[in-house]
Amino acid sequence: MHLERADNHTWRKIKSALASTIAFVSAILVISPLGLVFFHLLVNGAGSVNWDFLTKLPAPVGAVGGGMANAIVGSLELLAFAGVIGIPIGVLGGVYLAEYGSARINSVLRFLADVLNGVPSITWGVVVYGLVVLRFKGFSAYAGGLALGLIMIPLILRTTEEVVLLVPNGYREAALALGVSRWKTIVHIVMKTASRGIITGILLALARVGGETAPLLFTAFGNRFWNHSLSQPIAALPLQVFTYAISPYDDWHRQAWAGALVLVTGIFCVNVLVRILTRGHAASVV
Amino acid sequence: MENLVMATPERSVVEAVERMTEAPSTAEPIPACTFQVKNLSIWYGEKRAIDDVTLDIASNAVTAIIGPSGCGKSTFIRALNRMHELVPKTRVEGTVFLNGEDLYSSTVDPAIVRRRVGMVFQKSNPFPTMSIGENVVIGLRLNGVRDRKFLNERLEKSLRMAALWDEVKEDLHKPGTSLSGGQQQRLCIARALAVEPEVLLMDEPCSALDPIATAKIEELIYELKAKYTIVTVTHNMQQAGRVSDYTAFFYLGRLIEFGPTTKIFTNPTERQTEDYITGRFG
Repeated sequence: MHLERADNHTWRKIKSALASTIAFVSAILVISPLGLVFFHLLVNGAGSVNWDFLTKLPAPVGAVGGGMANAIVGSLELLAFAGVIGIPIGVLGGVYLAEYGSARINSVLRFLADVLNGVPSITWGVVVYGLVVLRFKGFSAYAGGLALGLIMIPLILRTTEEVVLLVPNGYREAALALGVSRWKTIVHIVMKTASRGIITGILLALARVGGETAPLLFTAFGNRFWNHSLSQPIAALPLQVFTYAISPYDDWHRQAWAGALVLVTGIFCVNVLVRILTRGHAASVV
Repeated sequence: MENLVMATPERSVVEAVERMTEAPSTAEPIPACTFQVKNLSIWYGEKRAIDDVTLDIASNAVTAIIGPSGCGKSTFIRALNRMHELVPKTRVEGTVFLNGEDLYSSTVDPAIVRRRVGMVFQKSNPFPTMSIGENVVIGLRLNGVRDRKFLNERLEKSLRMAALWDEVKEDLHKPGTSLSGGQQQRLCIARALAVEPEVLLMDEPCSALDPIATAKIEELIYELKAKYTIVTVTHNMQQAGRVSDYTAFFYLGRLIEFGPTTKIFTNPTERQTEDYITGRFG
């Protein structure tokens, strides 16, 4: 009896060790692509990231130097315009799903949002091309921003819904029992309690569309100069990286690496920002 | 150690019993009543949770609602400030008058009802994003009060009434969730008092608290009835005996017996009440 138990124990120990080793190796496999990407970008791109790269316009083919300042600013403009469309609709839609509506309609809306999240991003580009670019006869920052904004809506909608649902019902009841109206309860109590999660969702959606190239191909189109009007084509970092990477020039390849490094660093910074912003809110539940 | 913990509530039981014998308990017809509930029935979908309840709730007194789980205690108390309506597909028949006004009249705004009939819940629920001070005045602020001086006065007054001021006056900016369980529940009482309701409903306010914190809340209930009408749901028979002036015993959605607490506990009319109180079921 004794012996059997001890035996069992050893076997259990082996199984436990095996399981934790597999889990550890899996974790390494998950994070190693990130490390590899960063390493590769640093090796190939760091040499070309300098002050000129960040502040100058692209140089003509063959000329030395030049930068991607217009693409960096263009990406920020596109993200701002996408945010104007995607954030309010996504957040309010998510709140609606979590707080209002009938269960049946909500499950349909939720399903549609999930389908939209799965739509390949180039499809959004084609849709906006058909709706906006053809109608107004021209590529524009508006069209690019709209395409990115449309991608953001279902992303933000689903994350907002999830974090709003996480807010315990006790807080809603407590506010309503004070004679606070439904919408004030939702805005001041529920959304405030979930604000950390909502902001995280928004920033992650911005980071996601910030790296999108495909939807911009037929909408923002790209531009080698400063964009002076949102109704004109505009440069964007991922688009510029794409153009430079498929070009035959070594100089442009180096700039593409540098652009990719700047892009990844930007997205990384957004994620760090999410961490910093949410750290102070230790009291928040989500 | 265990003895020490047990000592305090027991002493408070003795005190409470002494208080009870001082309190007037002979008032058979209720002198002035805040709520008049007439033939109230409540359905959740097809299920009838409250069945034809008629009951008067005395002003400036504590009325305890007792009964086994699922007997409709919580539904009844929530019907007094229309909180039960948050559950979809509820239906109400009968009337509830608050100082002569029909709560379920079609012109009545449930938000106004809830401003006049405050509520404290089983699980303390201070808002996690707000400080102690913000928690207390949030009801006023969201109802449109901006005057800073007024808010500060009301903040101190409410915390004093909830017997929490001396413990937190230095820490008003700290998160409400940093307090202990019993303090959090008193914070929730202060928050409910800050909007100056006429009635305070308490839905098992002590069931998640340790004996010492429970004794403090009970003492508070006793003090608050000088200014407020209090209706409290409790699972704890001893607590009902300690704090309440009137007791209503519910079973399967019906009001089985209602009367002065001393009578219900010493000489109940109904067999079911006696069985429940003596612990034969429940």
